[in-house]
Amino acid sequence: MILFILCFVLFLIGLYGVVTKRNLIKIIISIAIMEYSINLFFILIGYIKGATAPIINDEVQAAVFVDPLPQAMILTAIVIGLATTALLLAIAIRLYRKYGTFDIRKINSLKG
Amino acid sequence: MRGMTIIVRKITQLVAPVIFLYGLYIIVHGHLTPGGGFAGGVIMAGAFILPILANGSILPNLRKEEAGLELMESAAILGFLIIAGLGLLFSGSLIFFSNFLHKGILGKLVSAGFIPIENIVVGVEVCAAMTTIFIALTVFSEEVPK
Amino acid sequence: MEVYLLILLVLMILGSLYSLHARDLLSAVISYGIVGFGLVLSFLFLQAPDLAIVQVVVEVITLIIMIAVIKNTSREELPRQTNYKIAINFIIILIFAVVFFYIFNRMTGMLSEFGDHFTRMATPYIEGSGKTGSANLVTGIVFDFRAYDTLGEATVLFTAVIGVLTILRIKGRKKEE
Repeated sequence: MILFILCFVLFLIGLYGVVTKRNLIKIIISIAIMEYSINLFFILIGYIKGATAPIINDEVQAAVFVDPLPQAMILTAIVIGLATTALLLAIAIRLYRKYGTFDIRKINSLKG
Repeated sequence: MRGMTIIVRKITQLVAPVIFLYGLYIIVHGHLTPGGGFAGGVIMAGAFILPILANGSILPNLRKEEAGLELMESAAILGFLIIAGLGLLFSGSLIFFSNFLHKGILGKLVSAGFIPIENIVVGVEVCAAMTTIFIALTVFSEEVPK
Repeated sequence: MEVYLLILLVLMILGSLYSLHARDLLSAVISYGIVGFGLVLSFLFLQAPDLAIVQVVVEVITLIIMIAVIKNTSREELPRQTNYKIAINFIIILIFAVVFFYIFNRMTGMLSEFGDHFTRMATPYIEGSGKTGSANLVTGIVFDFRAYDTLGEATVLFTAVIGVLTILRIKGRKKEE
C-alpha cells in the first residue's frame, strides 16, 4: 500500500509543478513526471509476488505469470508519451522565437 | 550543428552498425524474447541519431533525409493497414486483424502467423518517427527566422 | 524486493522535487533523468523487461531532445517573484490534492494489496497463447488480441510527427515542377 501512496505523491509533485511554475520547460517536465507516475502505477497493480515475466519458456512450464495486460497498454503509452513531449517542446521553441522568453505570464498577448 | 572530435567520430563509425544490428535482432525476435517493434524501432532510431550528433550536419542534406523518412513512415502505416485488410480477405471469417498465416511451433523463429511481419512494420514506423522528431527538434530549431 | 522499490520511489520523488526547484534548466533536465532511469529499474524489479528496454531508449532520446532545446534557447531560470498569486496557486493545489486523494482512497480500496493481484481480464489472454503462437505474451496481446490499440498508437505517432514538422518548419519546401 505504501508503494501506491508514494506513486500518488509523485503524481501530486507533477501537479504542483504544472500549477505553480512559470517556466515552460519546467511545465513540460512536470507533465512528463505525471505520465511516468501513472505508468508505474499500472505496472505496480499488475505485479504478483513470486511470478515470472510473461514469456513462455520450455523450462518453466507451470509458472505463474505477471499480468501482461497492463504491460501491453503501457508499452504503447510510453512511445506516445515521447511523441507528445516532443510536440510540447516544439510549441515551446516557437513561443521562445516569437517572444524571447519562457515566462508564461509574458506570453499572454495571444489576442487576434 | 557542429561535429565532434575525430576520436568520437571514429568510435561512432564502429559502434553505430552494431546498434543497428541489435535493433534488428530485437525486432525480429520480438515474439520470442522481450522486445518487439516498439523497442527495436527506438533502438534503430538511436543508431541513426548517433552519427548525426557526432559528425555534425548540413541542413540541405538533412532536408532530403527528412523527406525520405516521411515516405518511410507513411508507407509503414499503409503496410500495417494492408496486413490487417489481408486478414479480412483471406481468413474466411471476415475479421479485421485476424491472424491468417500458419501458426507454426511455439518458440521457433518462423511462427506466430503474421506477428513478426507486424513487428517489422511497426519497427520501421517507430524508427522513422523518432528520427524525424529528432531532426526537427535539434536541427530545424537552429534556423533563424527572417 | 519491496524495500528496493521503496528506495527507488523515494529517489524518484527527490529527483523530481530537485528538478522542479533547480535554478539552472540544464540541471533540472538532468535530474529529471533520475526519474526516468529509476522507472527503468522499477520495471526490471517488477518483471516487465519489455517496458524496461523501451523506457531506457526513450529516456535517452528525451534527454537528448530536451538538452538540444535548452542549448538552442536559454538555460536560465526566471527570477523568483512573490505576489498574491502564489497563495491562490497553493489553495488550488490543496483542493486538487484533497479531491484526488479522496478518489485514490476509494479506488485503491477496491484493489487487492500489492503483490496479491489475480488476473481477471488477462486470464483468457494467458490461456489462449496457443491461438497467437507467440511465446512473448505481451507481443501476443499488443499485435493480435488488441491490434486496434496498436493501430491507434501508430496513428497518434504519425499525427504528432506531422504536428512537429508543421510547427517547426520555417521555410516551405520548394515546389518541383
